[in-house]
Amino acid sequence: MSRSLTPVWEALHTVADPEIPTVSIVALGMVKRVGWDDEGIDIDLVPTFLGCPALDLIRHRVVRAVAQAAGLSPEMVRVRWCTEVPWTSDRIRTEAHGPLRRMGIAPPPEPAEAGAGEPVPCPYCGSRDTRQDNAFGSTACRSLHYCRACRNPFEAMKPV
Amino acid sequence: MLPQATEPEREDRRAALAALLWQLADDDLVVAQRASEWLGLHPHVEEDVAFASIAQDELGHAAMYFGLLEELGFGPRDDLALLRPIAERRHSVLLEWPNGEGEYWDEPHFDWAFALLRHFAYDTFEQVRLERLRASSHRPLAELAVKILREERYHLAHHTMWIRRLAGHDAEARARLIQAGQRVAELAGDLWDTGGWAPAWERFGLMADPDGLRAAWEAAAVPVLEAAGLPAWEVPAPRYNGRRGVHSPYGASLVDTMATVVRLDPRAQW
Repeated sequence: MSRSLTPVWEALHTVADPEIPTVSIVALGMVKRVGWDDEGIDIDLVPTFLGCPALDLIRHRVVRAVAQAAGLSPEMVRVRWCTEVPWTSDRIRTEAHGPLRRMGIAPPPEPAEAGAGEPVPCPYCGSRDTRQDNAFGSTACRSLHYCRACRNPFEAMKPV
Repeated sequence: MLPQATEPEREDRRAALAALLWQLADDDLVVAQRASEWLGLHPHVEEDVAFASIAQDELGHAAMYFGLLEELGFGPRDDLALLRPIAERRHSVLLEWPNGEGEYWDEPHFDWAFALLRHFAYDTFEQVRLERLRASSHRPLAELAVKILREERYHLAHHTMWIRRLAGHDAEARARLIQAGQRVAELAGDLWDTGGWAPAWERFGLMADPDGLRAAWEAAAVPVLEAAGLPAWEVPAPRYNGRRGVHSPYGASLVDTMATVVRLDPRAQW
């Protein structure tokens, strides 16, 4: 059994949050640790929001993708949700920003604290002439906004 | 090296930890259930989205607490959430109180001012309780508290915004807030009752300063009400006390409703 981590990471890059299909869980900062031992592969994931209903589905997809890539049976891929480090929007990688915008979702400010109270730039036209309509959106991690410049409603990743 | 804990000592610590987790888990489960009853009934659609999202967060937090109880050997977390009789539940009675007349499936005449202020009272309490758990000697609980606090500040900001906005709106809105506030205050007295566990929580380092919960709650809640020009709340000794298993009749019917599906088909997967 080859213990290379390369195919494991490649497989993780193919797994997306089902509610943000353009962005992998790696780019979202949800993968904390990957490691081999004699019994298989351990993967520690960081949940974004604890009430996110996609967590079980993500776990399932990770097991399937990694087992296939590494040539293991699904039981040998052990996924653990860890809370040792809290997920924060600062964990979202810059490489995710483009794909997020293409979905009509503004990336979070960096760092999260810097953006408090500031208008969120529109993911479509870049204007800062926007308003927040709702701190809560279609998913736990997003808020709802409106761009006065291009007159599009859009969503934003909440700074947490 | 630390001296080895004796067996009875370990048992005492486990009981104290479980007592704390029951309160945390039951509070969040029940407040989530009552919040979810509002789906489709809110005064406007944005609030429907917001309250549903808040309910989902709280349910997620409850699932994590029940998961910690499962790890301690109390059984599967779904069973703990859905199948325990009301007498074993330790949530505050404030949280089981109905949203108003009727049921969400039958002639709901709910009181949004009450729901809003109930959430404000509870989320304020949750914040001061979680602050006291950040350094809990039960590491997984401390980690959860840090994570949950980050999510909860959105809830509190939301409720505070609505209180300010409605209190400044017109006479009817103010009157409703004042009347609902009195009802919330009458029911809030068991929130900070620890069920007699405060000394044990402190002794085992599970929660810092449990006796200071009420004062900390007041220090956080009073300025918000004051800034909105609302009268201070008089919180009397509780008529019921969920922390000691003394629930209102509404608690039993709520628990029955939550268990409807699982009792119809215990092997159902969803």
